[in-house]
Amino acid sequence: MRFATQASPADVVIVGSGAGGGMAAYVLARAGVNVTVLEAGVPWDNTTDSAMLTWPYESPRRGASTKERPFGEFDGCIGGWEIPGEPYTVAPGEKFRWWRARMVGGRTNHWGRISLRFGPRDFKAHTFDGLGDDWPISYDDVRPYYDKLEQLVGVFGTKENIPNAPDSLFLPPPKPRCYELLVQQAARRLNVTCVPSRLSILTRPLNGRAACHYCGQCGRGCKTNSNFSSTNVLIAPALKTGKLTLQTNAMAREITLDKSGRASGVTYIDTKDGSEHHVDARVVVLAASACETSRLLLNSKSASFPNGLANGSGTVGKYLTDTTGTDVGGFVPKMMDPVPHNHDGVGGMHVYMPWWLDNKKLDFPRGYHIEVWGGTGLPEAGFGGGIQDQQGGGYGKQLKNDYRRYYGAHVGFSGRGEMIPNDGSYCEIDPRVVDKWGIPVLRFHWKFTDHEYLQVKHMQETFRALITEMGGTPWGNMPSKEDGYGIAAGGVIIHELGGARMGADPKTSVVNSNCQTHEVKNLFVADGSPFTSQADKNPTWTIMALSMRTSEYIANQLKTRAL
Amino acid sequence: MKRREAVGAMAMAALTAAFKWTPAEAQRAATLAREAMAAKTPFTPAFFTPHEWDTVRVLADLVIPKDERSGSATDAGVPEYMDFMLNDRPDGQTPMRGGLAWLDNECYERFGKTFVAATPTEQTAVLDDIAWPKKARAEMSQGVAFFNMFRDMTASGFWTSKMGITDLKYQGNTFVPEWKGCPPEALQKLGVQYED
Repeated sequence: MRFATQASPADVVIVGSGAGGGMAAYVLARAGVNVTVLEAGVPWDNTTDSAMLTWPYESPRRGASTKERPFGEFDGCIGGWEIPGEPYTVAPGEKFRWWRARMVGGRTNHWGRISLRFGPRDFKAHTFDGLGDDWPISYDDVRPYYDKLEQLVGVFGTKENIPNAPDSLFLPPPKPRCYELLVQQAARRLNVTCVPSRLSILTRPLNGRAACHYCGQCGRGCKTNSNFSSTNVLIAPALKTGKLTLQTNAMAREITLDKSGRASGVTYIDTKDGSEHHVDARVVVLAASACETSRLLLNSKSASFPNGLANGSGTVGKYLTDTTGTDVGGFVPKMMDPVPHNHDGVGGMHVYMPWWLDNKKLDFPRGYHIEVWGGTGLPEAGFGGGIQDQQGGGYGKQLKNDYRRYYGAHVGFSGRGEMIPNDGSYCEIDPRVVDKWGIPVLRFHWKFTDHEYLQVKHMQETFRALITEMGGTPWGNMPSKEDGYGIAAGGVIIHELGGARMGADPKTSVVNSNCQTHEVKNLFVADGSPFTSQADKNPTWTIMALSMRTSEYIANQLKTRAL
Repeated sequence: MKRREAVGAMAMAALTAAFKWTPAEAQRAATLAREAMAAKTPFTPAFFTPHEWDTVRVLADLVIPKDERSGSATDAGVPEYMDFMLNDRPDGQTPMRGGLAWLDNECYERFGKTFVAATPTEQTAVLDDIAWPKKARAEMSQGVAFFNMFRDMTASGFWTSKMGITDLKYQGNTFVPEWKGCPPEALQKLGVQYED
């Protein structure tokens, strides 16, 4: 049975509390709008729930992963590749993996906090190479929101004047770690641009949040809230306004319509007892993540929308992309016998490599950036694994000393590049399977083309050259063409975008340039789903800038009673 | 009573085997195991049989012995760590159980006794045949696979213990008021320097 639990209708109901939903809640609540956020997962408070500064030996597992915490038991993200009772399916013979968070703040509890603005070219890439489609908006439309976002959240980095990697309003960056200087040296010799990284971690106090204390454990959740997560930077201040109702354990099932065809609210299931509820609202904002938002729209069928809500174009779930990715690590003899010192630093790299080449001289379109890792971190479960591949093996005192000598003597590079949307990569409702709440689940289809394979091949070659230039030896051989040159399966980089893409033409897109659905005027999306294209940048920063822009639009429309 | 409690918790765990520890149970088991070790009371393994336990203790200390800088694998609680992990991840149980049995089979063939009953010279003679994968004879491949796994688990348990982390001279996991980069000696070692 359905319960009415609401005292009075909300002005806006938002599905999801991650980067997009958190930002929408923040902007709208501060504009005086009554907001209800539905979060499918559990509550979380970094100050009490984070495992920051835990030693591995404080747990019998020493930090090893569990099914609930695939990135290690101390990781601050509840969720994973598989969630019990909430399946998804993949078309036979195809590969896709879906990472979902089930907690307040969503996947902002997981991400690497790499905070890159999309560049002018990223919004109009079709104009440059004829592939995919241009966005109906340009960099200049989003730029003011990036500015505001950076003043609110904080990001460190350096002004570099790289044409398609716009500078942010930066806090000062932390000095590179010693091995990162070695990386920078090798990159320079190979003419690869290598500059201070751009992460949303505070190197100076900002808006009442303390500066970073350099324990390197952002992934566990920061007890001092010195890094960004939606929970501590957006949801917490939104709650303070008294305008936000945060409903956790609330699994959205369907968007409801009134007689005039406007959205009237959201039906959700209380996952604690399985009961069904409804939130009435004047405006509905979907920020459940690209794929969950597609699922909600497709599952919201009615006589006027037989193929799913706002899906007159038939493009809901389509134009789905993930970032391309591959990693190469290697042993660097120069880094053996490390000089003991604390080089934890921030939770992530201090240097990175933005895209530096001209595609006219290459056999693939679009670029990638390179992330850097290595050195002597906190020893955790798995330490020293496979040492025999480096020094031959053995046992006893010699082996014991080798573990010390080889500790941290490695670097690694992760390429993160732009995939072009294609007809073979999309999600739809599985005709047979439902989850434990009875909600039909997604079925994924995935295809990469030579655009992606050749780009990843270039990554592999570049990373191997960098390691060799450092005097090192890459681990393992270059993956073959048959192995897709080591490309990560769709979804594995956890940058899904699209599914409700933005466009000027209602026949080929789901939302307009304000992320408002073409067909239902009081229905908006504020996550990764409106992205018309990827970029060689992590999407979170742009998800938040767009959500801020959309939310200000909603607030203004509510004020003028236009909605 | 601590020892009885520890034994109780472990025995309970063994009964519910094939099992997953809840975080609270795991925490409790670990605390009890630590206390039992500190009190020098015997630890009762949940996965290993008494004979396997003896074998694991000898083998782990052959992999990582005591030296001038730190204690041995058993000093650092490596067998207890293995026992926990094998229950936490049941996929590893058969390779471990079978590998230890392979080791005994090999020692029976060669010396007519188990691995623990063999002399130190006999024990290392077997290890010499399986500890260097590239040099090992083809017929030793199962032993090599087992020893690679056992060496990895020993390293994982030893170097993540307090003893191991101290030995590595790891200096982080702490509040750093101001990040100043790396010290001159570390830069010099790598032949790099800060600009400006």
